[in-house]
Amino acid sequence: MLDIENLSASYGEAQVLRGVSMSAGKGEVVTLCGRNGAGKTTLLRCVMGLLPYTGRVSLDGNDLARKASYQRARLGVGWVPDDRGTYATLTVAESLSLRVSKDGWPLQRVYDAFPNLYARRASAATKLSGGEQQMLALARVLRMGSRLMLCDEPTEGLSPLLVEQVGAILRQAKEHGVTVLLVEQNLHFAATVADKYYLLAEGEVRPTTPDDKELLTYLGV
Amino acid sequence: MAQHIFNGLVGGSFLALVALGLAVIFGMLRVVNFAHGAIYMLGAFLALSMPSFWWALILVPLVLAAGGMVLERTLVHRLAKLDPLYNFLLTFGLTLIFQDLVKWRFGVQSTPYPTPGGLTGSVDFGAFDFPAYRVFVLAMAALICFGVWFLLSRTRVGLIVRASTERPELTQALGINVGRWVTPVFGFGCALAGLAGVLAAPMRAVHPLMGADLIIVVFAVVVIGGLGSIFGSVAAAFVIGVLQALSEAYLDSALVSQILVYLVMAVVLLWRPSGLFGREESPA
Ligand SMILES: Nc1ncnc2c1ncn2[C@@H]1O[C@H](COP(=O)(O)OP(=O)(O)OP(=O)(O)O)[C@@H](O)[C@H]1O
Ligand SMILES: [Mg+2]
Repeated sequence: MLDIENLSASYGEAQVLRGVSMSAGKGEVVTLCGRNGAGKTTLLRCVMGLLPYTGRVSLDGNDLARKASYQRARLGVGWVPDDRGTYATLTVAESLSLRVSKDGWPLQRVYDAFPNLYARRASAATKLSGGEQQMLALARVLRMGSRLMLCDEPTEGLSPLLVEQVGAILRQAKEHGVTVLLVEQNLHFAATVADKYYLLAEGEVRPTTPDDKELLTYLGV
Repeated sequence: MAQHIFNGLVGGSFLALVALGLAVIFGMLRVVNFAHGAIYMLGAFLALSMPSFWWALILVPLVLAAGGMVLERTLVHRLAKLDPLYNFLLTFGLTLIFQDLVKWRFGVQSTPYPTPGGLTGSVDFGAFDFPAYRVFVLAMAALICFGVWFLLSRTRVGLIVRASTERPELTQALGINVGRWVTPVFGFGCALAGLAGVLAAPMRAVHPLMGADLIIVVFAVVVIGGLGSIFGSVAAAFVIGVLQALSEAYLDSALVSQILVYLVMAVVLLWRPSGLFGREESPA
């Protein structure tokens, strides 16, 4: 479904990704681990089309090279950014209606799943708590009916109850054939949803497993 | 007193319309359009060549919107990837070109423009009489500010413009073709300046430098209101308009009333560096 081949990216002189290759099948949850500053966010931004890269990113076999990020979004790539991407000038309800697709969740379903968002629907999105903002970022992508969700540490700062809820939503999405590329530091959480694991280190990616000794020492778990 | 406040609000109307266009353009393009005053001036001169004031009121904003969109497509959009210095060079250069073209065509003296028929008398508000044309200007400005507010806060286009203004990259990643809205927004901002120019023609001297005088105050207004804050710019425009009128009427020193705007700006910046209604720029 998602194929990344030999992808390299840099900020000016500093090369962050050196020939990354990985893939995720339809309905798979793929976890990407790596130390802080390893380049996980950078990789997601490349897939989203927000950073120039060399190499190939393709969706169902179609090369995305010439697609701007809004086109990638319309092709079904959804981004849950690491900073949650909350709008100060939009209300919660407006944030949820920015772009909707008939394949996405209807508003009522979002509100049923996240009663906090319903209660705060008329407030500015930045007035939400950190956890609520995280829910909003996730809900926004569910509304778009994305086929590939790029989730950058979606459980960061969430209480265990909400972490469990995010897990349930990812499993639900997966059942509907949605592919998830999950950047996650919390391996316990990842283990509840992931089908496979990659480790990003020194700009390169290699497959791994959650009980891989080397991985655990590397991450310092 | 009421007379001066009224005149101040009318003066503020021009500031508000020009500042509104400037703020919308800055929000969407991150370009400070120094040529905005010249576009206001072009609006007034174009009004001279229209069959009537009423035609000018409709056609001039359309012509300037079209011209603005062409300008954005051909020149302004190139600024996005360049050092901000080029923003100044290009838009200031355009100002000089527009001014010289008008000087070449119409000369440097001011051209009178008759008060449109039907708006020559005065309107009786009980205790006060105000010139009908000025009442019309104030009403038009209020209507347009309200219309822009409605457009931005209550419509889908407004939602997209607000989102794109605040977080262009994220909005793009959420599936919105931000680039598609840039050109129309620039055209819209130019149309507002042009409309202000048409409204100014019967009241103020139509002169190649009329925009240069106005734009300096407008910049102060936009800074006071908070760069990029639409509501702040409009509110500050009317406040500054009234302050100017009152200081001209009650302060003996012409110098003080001229620098008053900048004093207010300095005080506001010391007190709230991002302007009265501005938000702190997010570090990202
Ligand atoms: N805009 C930028 N300009 C220059 N360098 C950057 C920029 N963004 C990130 N970097 C650098 O690129 C490297 C990878 O950053 P990235 O954000 O992708 O890491 P990450 O794996 O997501 O880290 P974290 O776990 O802390 O989120 C880091 O060394 C960082 O300093
Ligand atoms: Mg990151």
